[in-house]
Amino acid sequence: MTAETATPRSAQARWRARTGPPLSAYGVYVALLLLVVVNVVVTPSFLSAANLRLQLVQTVPVLVVALGMALVIGTEGIDLSVGSVMAIAAALIPLYLGYGAATAIVVSLVAGAAAGLLSGSLVTFAGIQPIVATLALLIGGRGLAIVIAHGQLKQIYNPQLLALGSDNVAGVPLTVLVAAVLVVAVGLLVGRTTFGRQLVAVGGNRKAAEFAGLPVRRVLLVVYMLSGVLAAVAGVLATARLNSSDPSNLGQLIELSAITAVVVGGTPLSGGRVRVVGTVAGALLMQLITATLIAHNVPASVTQMVEAAIIAVAVLLQREGRAGA
Amino acid sequence: MIALIQRHGALAVLVVLLAVGGLSFDTFLTPYSLTNMAVQATFLAVVALGMTMVIITGGIDLSVGSVYALAGVLAAYGSARWGLAGGLLLPLAVSGLIGLTQGVLVARGRMAPFIVTLCGLLFARGLLQLVTVEGSMTYQVPDSSALRTVGQGTVLVAIAVVCYLLGGAVLQRTPFGMRLFAIGGNEDAASLMGLPVARTKVSVYLMSGLLAGLAGVMQTAQSGSGVTNIGVGLELSAIAAAVIGGTMLTGGSGAVSGTLAGVALLSVIRELINQLGIDSNMQNVVSGAVLIIVVVLQTLLTRARRRASEVEHVPQ
Repeated sequence: MTAETATPRSAQARWRARTGPPLSAYGVYVALLLLVVVNVVVTPSFLSAANLRLQLVQTVPVLVVALGMALVIGTEGIDLSVGSVMAIAAALIPLYLGYGAATAIVVSLVAGAAAGLLSGSLVTFAGIQPIVATLALLIGGRGLAIVIAHGQLKQIYNPQLLALGSDNVAGVPLTVLVAAVLVVAVGLLVGRTTFGRQLVAVGGNRKAAEFAGLPVRRVLLVVYMLSGVLAAVAGVLATARLNSSDPSNLGQLIELSAITAVVVGGTPLSGGRVRVVGTVAGALLMQLITATLIAHNVPASVTQMVEAAIIAVAVLLQREGRAGA
Repeated sequence: MIALIQRHGALAVLVVLLAVGGLSFDTFLTPYSLTNMAVQATFLAVVALGMTMVIITGGIDLSVGSVYALAGVLAAYGSARWGLAGGLLLPLAVSGLIGLTQGVLVARGRMAPFIVTLCGLLFARGLLQLVTVEGSMTYQVPDSSALRTVGQGTVLVAIAVVCYLLGGAVLQRTPFGMRLFAIGGNEDAASLMGLPVARTKVSVYLMSGLLAGLAGVMQTAQSGSGVTNIGVGLELSAIAAAVIGGTMLTGGSGAVSGTLAGVALLSVIRELINQLGIDSNMQNVVSGAVLIIVVVLQTLLTRARRRASEVEHVPQ
């Protein structure tokens, strides 16, 4: 986004630096815990298995998209195209379902990777700002998805795909398991691999990473491709759960929810750090806030305004943390 | 030469497209069709003007689509209750307030414009839902209201033209306009030179909010009712128009004339696709592709120019 200006170190900022780790490092977990406790007390049957399952299932699409978004934001980029990539993935499923569910899913994921490769190439080779490159794909991708599907919502009848959306394993929905596996995979990728280190290095200081001989372009390409694939996964999971492929509406504005989950989870928009667990907590927090307010008959309008205020406060706290870092 | 293409590339493409359209379709270059296109483009044009100024300072305003829709609803609500004054003042006051708050958070709170205006997007959309009782109420502008006269095509186009003339004059001919470029070019340098950076940035977000609000009022004046589900994605079209028109998202450069050409280009593409009878969703595919092509060209041209100027300045 905008160039991060070097904040003049005020006495206030120096004082903050001495007062230990910033609140933002733990804020999201504290908030999530508080919200759970409040809900256990005030929301009837909050702890019922059915409700917990519902909350988790509803978090899945945003969470999966947010994982990819966290990686992209870690490189000081942003991916606005995720919702449109979800729509393209969903639009492709009915076309290839005749060859079996597995084929349809693979085609969707390949399309997601291709979309990521396109935006990644624009960012790396053409040197276009991530926000513009992915904005173009956001605008064009949605149109393409609708054109592919001839503007129609298509019901899904394939039993395997429907099972992916509705089956439980030991009481845990399959989609949640898939999301959990992806969280662990992305967590390991960021924390335990060379690629993860390189990603963070590129986000922290691209010039320095280049001078250090890191494969900056390859890292960026792979990161945008991962974001595209994860968005496609979210599109497949959502389609399976909704029993229909709906390219006109699927994933609308999900880029904003995903960015919110990532930022509230403590990943700075300025790059150089990826918090995977924080992103999970951020996605759960935003889902719980919405669910709590709706459970208590707060109108959707006020819910949205509260969400806006929460994002603003979270980022304000984070900004103070950064000034002290 | 390179600078010239960069500045007027959109205009050149626009002229070519108009010529192609005019030769291909008898109904394309008719006064009726052109007027229609101009009227339909006024709303985006007014929004994109504010967006251009924000982008020149190195910021971005994602809230304009929501503010546009909110102002439209408030214009209908206000005109039904308090007549023309209510229909104008209520939406402008609210959209101005939203812009002002965003500006203060960006300039004084030193928060990322992307996030602040993202919150503004959600907040304004929520407020719109609240005002319309979760989207179930549609306020109508009374037929007798003077607001309806504002909604005539010629008046709308006149408003947009005046906005652009004023905007161009402010950007090119006033100290305030110079400050926008200075801040976008290098905020720290602008600050060290003693320019009132924070105050300027606040004003720019205020102006963007006001212009988005004005566009909403214009749209309601034309349609006669406060439509609740409009303006989604308008911010993206506005950004696209500004970028196609040669305004760099990195800040520090841009011109309102380019943005106007960008808006016109997007409208002509839409009209051409309509005329061709292609699926209207292809319009978005083409707009996205045009955006990519223009930005890639811009980047290449900027690199070429930088290389050229380096050669000039280093004679050894």
